[in-house]
Amino acid sequence: MRILEMLIPMTIEGLKVTLGVFAVTLIFALPLAVVVALLRRSKNRLVSGITAGYIYVMRGTPLLLQLMFIFFGFHFVPVIGYSFSRFQAIYIAFILNYTAYFAEIFRAGINAIDIGQYEGATVLGMSKSFTFMKIILPQVIKTVVPAVGNEVITLVKDTSLVYILGASDILKAARSVSNVYSAFSPYIFIALVYLVIVAVLTKALTMIEKRYNYYR
Amino acid sequence: MSVYVENISKSFDGIKIFENVSFEVGPGEIVCIKGKSGEGKTTLLRCLNNLEQIDSGKIIIDGVDISKERDYRIIGGMIGMVFQNFNLFPHLSVMENLLLAPKYLKKSSDDDIESRANELIRTLEIEGKENMYPFQLSGGQKQRVAIARACMLNPTVLCFDEPTSALDNETTKQIGKVIKRLASEGMAIIIVTHDEGFVEEIGERVLNMKNASLKEEKISLV
Repeated sequence: MRILEMLIPMTIEGLKVTLGVFAVTLIFALPLAVVVALLRRSKNRLVSGITAGYIYVMRGTPLLLQLMFIFFGFHFVPVIGYSFSRFQAIYIAFILNYTAYFAEIFRAGINAIDIGQYEGATVLGMSKSFTFMKIILPQVIKTVVPAVGNEVITLVKDTSLVYILGASDILKAARSVSNVYSAFSPYIFIALVYLVIVAVLTKALTMIEKRYNYYR
Repeated sequence: MSVYVENISKSFDGIKIFENVSFEVGPGEIVCIKGKSGEGKTTLLRCLNNLEQIDSGKIIIDGVDISKERDYRIIGGMIGMVFQNFNLFPHLSVMENLLLAPKYLKKSSDDDIESRANELIRTLEIEGKENMYPFQLSGGQKQRVAIARACMLNPTVLCFDEPTSALDNETTKQIGKVIKRLASEGMAIIIVTHDEGFVEEIGERVLNMKNASLKEEKISLV
């Protein structure tokens, strides 16, 4: 009981960090990913090459390392020499990392759209940007919802990596209480909290998928 | 003349598709272009709609050389296309498919655009389908929606790519009637098909595409 008395307020505080990082990452990474996916498909080889390089680095190195690099490493970069605050570094690392993963999902979704959809819009006099926003993107969203959903659920769990920069998320709450009482039960409690968050997200994602089921 | 095609040629990677093709289509005329698969009929239609760039020649519609025109908003109002597989937008209802382009181009008021859509829905006998999505329609109904969508911009010329390939005999006859009705309203019609029966039934003029050239085969006064 004493464990819970200590754990619950700390978990509530930790939830602010966990859900904050989760929400900020999604809000920025999803729209940015659409832009990056389009740049990756650019006919300009320099633009597509730079974008491919960014995606390669972000997917090819651990998020933990990216967090450390942005928080500690930027201070040592010549000329820049700038230090990000703890949360600035966390948000930047998460957004950059997840934008790369989402961008590849969106790129696959855009590639899956039949060329006839572009041609149908073109002969009706629609501009490329209007075609993308009104014809292509709505169909891409339907295609990518399951894959994006997987990443969203991974993101919830990845937020636990913020401990490396000393941020107090829900896992840190469990670790602290476990240390004080030499008990394992706080970890079980936090595992249940993660499962509840994932259950809510799974339900929301299912609803989004159903919403797009109105057409085939 | 509604459309005047002069000496157009097209090749892909050095492979000649057609060369020095010329023909003209007047208002209300129905011209069928027939030929074996792979003779370049669809490519010719795509060139007319500027979906492919011609190597040389001119495509004049309403006095404008559209092969040099890059603004699709202008081309879209001059020439329409009904694709073989319709290319309807699956996430939009029938009515939304009809209204999207004209409302974007804003060449007339929303009220006029909506009344034009309703008129076409009546003409093409797709009443009651306005709120349905393409996957809920039969092949013939999709064809009619595609025709209605192309007619929304009131083009001078309307092109059909293999309009009967997915239709049964009864629906083919109905689509034939619809095409004749559009022609009677002054629209120039160009149909690419290898359906000899359909050509016989509907074609006032028949052009045969063979060995990269186009020859007039039949002129009927029907």
